[in-house]
Amino acid sequence: MEVRLRPGIADPQGATIERALPALGFDTVEAVRVGKAFRLRVDAADEESARRRVVEMADRLLANPVIEESAIRAMTPVSPGDGTSAAREDADFPKPAAR
Amino acid sequence: MTARIGVVVFPGSNCEHDVVKAIGLVAPGNAQGELVWHGARTLAGYDAVVLPGGFAYGDYLRPGAIARFSPVMEAVAKYAADGGPVVGICNGFQVLTEAGLLPGALQKNRGLRFLCTTVDVEVGTTRSALTGALEPGTRLRLPINHFEGNYTADAATIARLRDEDRVVLRYTNNPNGSLDDIAGVCNEEGNVVGLMPHPERACDAMTGSTDGTGLVRSLVQVAAHGLGQPVTP
Repeated sequence: MEVRLRPGIADPQGATIERALPALGFDTVEAVRVGKAFRLRVDAADEESARRRVVEMADRLLANPVIEESAIRAMTPVSPGDGTSAAREDADFPKPAAR
Repeated sequence: MTARIGVVVFPGSNCEHDVVKAIGLVAPGNAQGELVWHGARTLAGYDAVVLPGGFAYGDYLRPGAIARFSPVMEAVAKYAADGGPVVGICNGFQVLTEAGLLPGALQKNRGLRFLCTTVDVEVGTTRSALTGALEPGTRLRLPINHFEGNYTADAATIARLRDEDRVVLRYTNNPNGSLDDIAGVCNEEGNVVGLMPHPERACDAMTGSTDGTGLVRSLVQVAAHGLGQPVTP
């Protein structure tokens, strides 16, 4: 789940980062917005019911609806008792390449 | 009779003793502050309630986001709905907005600095539980101590706060980016108040300012006599 500030809400972190990037030579960046990412493993009968629960979690706790909105993405279809889910999650977020 | 003011202690609160001390300094014999653990399910017997500053639950997720689900918060909501005076200071203000007892939200400061300084504020409405003993426009010098004090709400909410005379304090020199220079607001009835500055730290000349005494005295008078009763300035 991505929790981000609603459009039009000032983002002091985004603004500061946007000012810092040109100092490093990244001078083609604009509209930087900072949000939060949550990774949740949800035990549910199917993706639809998992999604419903996660929307509830966002509304009640993970996002502050006064200033934030959320977007949900199912990362990997996990069937009950599928012991491989952890490995598949890692595949979605590969480790950074060695330098 | 001595008014009893409940001061709620969340895991991570750190200004509760300052609030109790300030109440004793400002209104010796007339009011006393009593610590209330956040697990309490009733606030019966208290004449006012304060949610003090600090870092409840380590400010994890967002300041106040976890604290608002503490058992005591259901009692606070009921107490507030029944007209009881509730004041949230700093982290307590953040808890009240997260709980939906006050509008808006407190975002990271503009400039992304934790601010620990003293600021000037001007009293707005005097019908709130915290400003009854003061005159509108009174300037006060009060300490602030926060990272998330940047008051944010949609334009309609800001307009409504203005139209309904619900801005309790305004910064004269906005330190954190708060919309409309808002340092404190109240609900429609005026019994629920939230503010970022710390009046309890400005009640003893030894700490640099006694400008917080008028605010604390207002709360003590509301606790003793109820909201909307004549108060002694």
